[in-house]
Amino acid sequence: MTNRSTLIGALAFLVLAAAAPALPPWLISLATIAFAHALVVLGLVIMWRAGLVSFGQALYYAVGAYCVALVSRFTGITDAFVLIVLGGLAAGLLAVLVGFLLARYREIFFAMLSLAMSMILYGVLVKTEALGSTDGFNVAPATFLGYAPEGAMLNLALFWLVLVLSALAAAAIGVYFRSVAGAIAVPVRDNEIRIEFLGLSVNRLIHLKLVIAGILGGVGGALAAMTISHVDPNMAYWTTSGGFVFVTILAGAGSIAAAFVGSFAFEMLRSIAVALLPGAWQLILGSVLLITILFVPDGLGSLFMRKTRGKEGEPA
Amino acid sequence: MTPILSVAGLEKTFGSVVAARDITIDVPAEQTVGIIGANGAGKTTFVNMVTGHLRPSKGTIRFGDKDITGMASRDITRLGISRSFQVAQIFPSLTVFENMCVAAAIARDADGILRRAFTPLRSGQTVAEAEAAIELFQIGSYREARVATLPQGIRKLLDIAMAVAGWPRILLLDEPTSGISIEEKFGLMDVVMSALKSRRVTILFVEHDMEIIGRYADRVLAFYDGTIIADGPPAEALANERVQTLISGTKLRTEAAHA
Ligand SMILES: Nc1ncnc2c1ncn2[C@@H]1O[C@H](COP(=O)(O)OP(=O)(O)O)[C@@H](O)[C@H]1O
Ligand SMILES: [Mg+2]
Repeated sequence: MTNRSTLIGALAFLVLAAAAPALPPWLISLATIAFAHALVVLGLVIMWRAGLVSFGQALYYAVGAYCVALVSRFTGITDAFVLIVLGGLAAGLLAVLVGFLLARYREIFFAMLSLAMSMILYGVLVKTEALGSTDGFNVAPATFLGYAPEGAMLNLALFWLVLVLSALAAAAIGVYFRSVAGAIAVPVRDNEIRIEFLGLSVNRLIHLKLVIAGILGGVGGALAAMTISHVDPNMAYWTTSGGFVFVTILAGAGSIAAAFVGSFAFEMLRSIAVALLPGAWQLILGSVLLITILFVPDGLGSLFMRKTRGKEGEPA
Repeated sequence: MTPILSVAGLEKTFGSVVAARDITIDVPAEQTVGIIGANGAGKTTFVNMVTGHLRPSKGTIRFGDKDITGMASRDITRLGISRSFQVAQIFPSLTVFENMCVAAAIARDADGILRRAFTPLRSGQTVAEAEAAIELFQIGSYREARVATLPQGIRKLLDIAMAVAGWPRILLLDEPTSGISIEEKFGLMDVVMSALKSRRVTILFVEHDMEIIGRYADRVLAFYDGTIIADGPPAEALANERVQTLISGTKLRTEAAHA
């Protein structure tokens, strides 16, 4: 991220935070979900830069969401900050574990193995009567360090929380992209042999990327669970993963901000499509994806990157 | 004095193919060793075993006092044995400068993968090392060129420059001049050899051109069918009867060179 894009990001953050109380509640809810999903998408972006596509990112998303739902149900803890940390940790730990296997695979094998992992969780959730089976169960309203807002105020509070976490995540990922491990993404895609012979384990590097993406997925899922006040196995289903991949392609891997813009555009598009063509909204989404791949192959981010990108392109 | 590289009874089989058998050599520090042999003689297999790309079927490899047999290539690299490749192994989507930054950053940073997530790629020292390497290997005019577009000779130089980023004690060069026109070969080897000598690197290089061997090697290892059939100073090894008959073209070219 250049200084200019940091500035634009900070400005967007302030404008959104200030304008939120004046915006219609449906838009606030939509934006909250969109930004929570954008965190999951940022995880996919991190992997995509290294040439890896996960078709099972809903695994971490669902683990984050169910972690929040279970903890609040069985311990009574409803504090959003605690729950988000727990959701991120649970998903991150899972990523550490499955990463030992996943980090050894590439390309279609990586994609399908990720999918397989998420389908196992989906199957377990569907079969578990205690967790409401296919219906899932409700999540108690979140509280914020003792503050317990209701109704529209709760939605606003959640929106602000998502906004702050998005800003933190964007800043942290910006730092990561400029670090040794973060910058060695295209090189991984280009030539793993050279990296190994320079003295770095590519598998460990990918494992690290998986864990970062897992944490982001878990935090996104935790936020979604609190926003929707409900969890169900669909959160782990492959169509959910597919939605994240959709947004990743829409946004492109070139810019952090694009993940948020892309995710928001996707949620808007889906709402409009469902309203216009209730039975066939997938038709509209599919067409948009087609157009994106044909005409904006590097994603929305490339549209505004072209102008800001200077000569010193970093090894992305 | 202990040799810096010591190989004993090395053997490698691929099914029924014996690519290396009973290879035993000691290389003292800062020697420049030329490796010759026809295609399929086992030169690359030897380089692959020393650098950890292939695990020997038998035998030991020692780096100084340390047994490195069967170690992973990245660990061997970190100990101080590096290599370049017959086909340059570089990052085609990046520029020359970016390639060198990646190499310098990996080579410089301590092992911890987590530390690497926090240290910037382009720290002052990494950039300085990248710049120094670009200057040392005289590829500055291509600094901003995307590697996919580079001429073959520059790709080779970059590959070697990246291999040297970690200040290795030993460098193995697998056919540094392959794919390079005859006119350019000596220029390239002059740059490589003076760069490596300035860093006091022990060099083992695979080469088909006997003139280049004669000019740069202190010692020649002649490979034939997985074994070493001659080992000695270039004049002696190249004059060896078996080398002259078994390693095709040798006789012709050395005679032409002396004419
Ligand atoms: N990975 C491998 N699998 C099977 N056979 C191999 C492999 N690598 C090399 N060989 C065989 O080992 C022999 C030596 O090959 P190599 O070391 O590449 O020769 P050189 O580099 O001298 O041309 C050849 O017969 C080659 O076919
Ligand atoms: Mg070879």
